[in-house]
Amino acid sequence: MTSFTRLSATLAVLLGATACAGAGGIGDPDDPESINVLMVNNPQMLDIQKLTAEHFTRRTGVKVNYTVLPENDVRDKISQDFTSQAGQYDVATLSNYEVPIYAKNGWLEPLDGYLAADPGFDQQDVLEPIWQSLTAADGKVYAQPFYGESSFLMYRKDIFAAKGITLPERPTWRQVAEAAAKVDGAQPGMKGICLRGQPGWGQLMAPLTTVVNTFGGTWFTKDWQAKVDAPEFVEATRFYVDLVREHGEAGAPQAGFSECLNNMTQGKVAMWYDATSAAGLLEAADSPVRGKLGFAQAPVVKTRSSGWLYTWAFAVQKASKKHQAAWKFLSWAAGKDYERVVGEAKGWSSIPDGKRASTYARPEYLKETGSFAEQTRIAISSANPRDPGVQPRPANGIQFVGIPEFTNLGTQVSQEVSAAIAGRGSVEDALRAAQRLADKVAAKYRKG
Amino acid sequence: MRRAWKPWGALAWLSGILFVLPVLWMVLTSFHTESDAATNPPSLFAGLSLQGYEEFFGASTGQSPWPPLINSVSASVGSTVLVLLLAIPAAYALSIRPVKKTSDVLFFFLTTKMLPVVAGLLPIYLIAQYSGLLDNISFLVVLYTSMNLPIAVWLMRSFLAEIPKEMLEAAALDGAGLVTTLRRVVAPVAVPGIAATALICFIFSWNELLFARVLTGVVAGTAPVFLTGFVTSQGLFLAKMCAAATIVSLPVLVAGFAAQDKLVQGLSLGAVK
Repeated sequence: MTSFTRLSATLAVLLGATACAGAGGIGDPDDPESINVLMVNNPQMLDIQKLTAEHFTRRTGVKVNYTVLPENDVRDKISQDFTSQAGQYDVATLSNYEVPIYAKNGWLEPLDGYLAADPGFDQQDVLEPIWQSLTAADGKVYAQPFYGESSFLMYRKDIFAAKGITLPERPTWRQVAEAAAKVDGAQPGMKGICLRGQPGWGQLMAPLTTVVNTFGGTWFTKDWQAKVDAPEFVEATRFYVDLVREHGEAGAPQAGFSECLNNMTQGKVAMWYDATSAAGLLEAADSPVRGKLGFAQAPVVKTRSSGWLYTWAFAVQKASKKHQAAWKFLSWAAGKDYERVVGEAKGWSSIPDGKRASTYARPEYLKETGSFAEQTRIAISSANPRDPGVQPRPANGIQFVGIPEFTNLGTQVSQEVSAAIAGRGSVEDALRAAQRLADKVAAKYRKG
Repeated sequence: MRRAWKPWGALAWLSGILFVLPVLWMVLTSFHTESDAATNPPSLFAGLSLQGYEEFFGASTGQSPWPPLINSVSASVGSTVLVLLLAIPAAYALSIRPVKKTSDVLFFFLTTKMLPVVAGLLPIYLIAQYSGLLDNISFLVVLYTSMNLPIAVWLMRSFLAEIPKEMLEAAALDGAGLVTTLRRVVAPVAVPGIAATALICFIFSWNELLFARVLTGVVAGTAPVFLTGFVTSQGLFLAKMCAAATIVSLPVLVAGFAAQDKLVQGLSLGAVK
């Protein structure tokens, strides 16, 4: 009998412990002075986790519980929580792709009222393309940028000098392709250029769409006709695929941002066309290529500029019950003072930059990032999501089309193009298949 | 007398080594620096570092790994205990004292595993949301219990079926009641089976990611969810990821070693019959 009693006592304790772990514990979601923040796992987000307790909670009394997930997972989780307005998270990181779509669906809290009441935040200081990309069709601002980026060309100055090649500040794609051919093999194992080939609307499709834009192509015309098999789109894609097949990185069909970053850091490529935010990582104190890099604007053909525009921004969920505390957090995280906090704690090259004009006037920041700061600012300032190509567009966006269907469409098409990069199938076949997919999406909008 | 060379033995060794190699690589990588971990081909002989482990314990984020680890222990232990409490009587009724239509009942248990897990995801999410149980570890305990119960019943049933009828008859002749029979006759014979079943349920719930990721958030996140948080699309993460994976797999390893003796008996005891 005793052993049975003992057994049931043990079980009761175990189950009790389980129940306690569920009810109490780490961060009580109903505590008015704590907010839940869901964010993507990028290096800048690691810093803010570390700095929040000392620099935000101590001053405001608002405790912040962070959930950090990789990019794809965080998008799933955010759409789960926001579409059902479950309100688990008060604040989440959204990109300028999602913000207008989410705002239109009524899932986000408009921020204009909070901005008016918080002049210290200095909204005028935020770079115009960035805040415009976080403004919905109703003219209200729905998110505040944490950091922003455009795309540009990074290249090895030392290799280019040794080969006697110079690149203008605004090169054309033809010049870049010629340079890639010349520097290919400049060192043992070094290829000419790194371009993303990994499938994904946010991977391969992002740089490729900027190339399409500047070649004169577009996904859709103003009246929703799909143009994916149009000559300009085909020419741009063939150019991209040929360039990466002839002079691109090893393993290109699997290479995304991280792989290209590795290739560039390890001297396996001489050029890289990608996000401006990569420059800070390449010029980091422990980087083997620090000081060897030159930077030029995104290569062009028919347009004046072709860099993309991307920002991770903090938005407040409409269903949250803690809008005031959430705004306090946004105002701090996207504010000027947070950049100073990071600069002093972590070094000025790791601040969340690319969003405020004042950042590019800070002497401490420019001292660390002088080689790429001005090129970054120019790239972001000349990005125009409303008119990124040679023809009017039905939806905003440079490296994406600002409609909910684009994530699926872009990813499916990128799989076809990635296969072409791998040598399976031709660009023409890939884009013919893509045109059918794009036309289905367009048909929906044509009906209105 | 020399033993003859057996091709099967060599094959067993080979497959054993093949299984262990990725794990060894993971452990080795966890002791490298991020930049050494990211090279291709891998730099096997690079200097060792504890950087990955420091990152796991929050060196650059200040986030403690303990809450998710505790959540995982609660969910796995809690659900395993519940499963055993329910599965043992059920298996007893299905093997030693077969009820009517035993095979129908067993088949019914099996059918609950036929629906792809992901198909149940949305309804379960909505149930959790409407009942206010999102981000609550108790909900995961219930969920894992129901997911593992059919397997546990099947396993326990085959273990209990091994008990010779004569033993039970002898016990009955000696005047033992149900409780005494269970405690003094069935339990000692069934312990290896119970250990094997418990371990399998523990491993399944410890490793579960899909539901944990969808149903938890700030408070109830489990270790696998925490683990995926190290993946980033900007920057290097392989070393800290491997360090995290090594630490997260330790409890399962410990449980496995602790139950090793019983387990070998249990697994060879006929579950495969």
